[in-house]
Amino acid sequence: MSRLFLPLTLVAAVLFAAAPIVVARAPFEETMGLVQKVFYYHVPSAMLMFVSALICGIASATYLFRRSAAADRLAAAAGELVALFGLIVMMTGPLWARKAWGAWWVWDARLTSSLLLWMIFLAYLLVRRYGGPGSEKLAAGMAIFGMANVPFVYVSVNYWRTLHPKTSVVMTLGPGMRGAFWFCVAAFLTFYALLLTVRKRLEDQRARIEHLYLSLDEQEPAGLPRH
Amino acid sequence: MKLSLVSIVMTVFAAGSAGLAAQPVQPGAPPQGFVPVQSLPQVEQLPAAPLLIAAYALVWVALILYVWSLWRRMKRVERDLADLQHRVRQS
Repeated sequence: MSRLFLPLTLVAAVLFAAAPIVVARAPFEETMGLVQKVFYYHVPSAMLMFVSALICGIASATYLFRRSAAADRLAAAAGELVALFGLIVMMTGPLWARKAWGAWWVWDARLTSSLLLWMIFLAYLLVRRYGGPGSEKLAAGMAIFGMANVPFVYVSVNYWRTLHPKTSVVMTLGPGMRGAFWFCVAAFLTFYALLLTVRKRLEDQRARIEHLYLSLDEQEPAGLPRH
Repeated sequence: MKLSLVSIVMTVFAAGSAGLAAQPVQPGAPPQGFVPVQSLPQVEQLPAAPLLIAAYALVWVALILYVWSLWRRMKRVERDLADLQHRVRQS
């Protein structure tokens, strides 16, 4: 693994340990009060869901058009992280909405399109896992479709009438909130880089195992029994 | 026969409830039954703290479970790989 792995792990651990303190010290929002602090974990998770969907889509396109097996492995790793960070978004959002809007869920443009994006990547993982031989190509097509959805999900709050805060809210944060928010983004981003590295390594090792089995099968026609 | 009985009962109830609704409330009289208010007292409103704590706890639990699952999968794959490399060297 990369030489950066250990320093990156330490940085991520320190950032994540300090994040709750930074969030606690951030000022309260005037109308939503305490529950607005869900924002500091919810939005970085949503950002990483989008970043991961873009990585998965680009890597899948590289796999489809250049036949790069390494790109397919990166896509598999990123696809799983879309599911993870999407799950966090889907859990934290309703908890915030319950207090701020008085409802766990509303079928507006942002929430519905986010749910669809998450479900596309869940389907991507299911196709890869249970689709049988050749399912990587079908899954890659799904990932490209999922990636194409990301810009629509992002701008949906600006074009449709919705209860969800607009994209401009991040750029117009007050001084106390801005520092805490970007601190949490840095913590999540560092942790994401670590998870992606480890998950990609898992795919690489699986590919090595497959390669070794194939070479063993070539050496011995009867083949070795697989565990 | 049944229908006319139902209509008589309904008429009696309607007349009774209209009469009760028309009764004037004595000013200064102590409230009886349900008393309407315009806004909830502070203690009755939905508290934010449990929702906030639940949100942060869920994030931590999801991330820890994922790291644990990743660690388990890595261990299994590393073990399989070492085993396979040993068999390749033997063959």
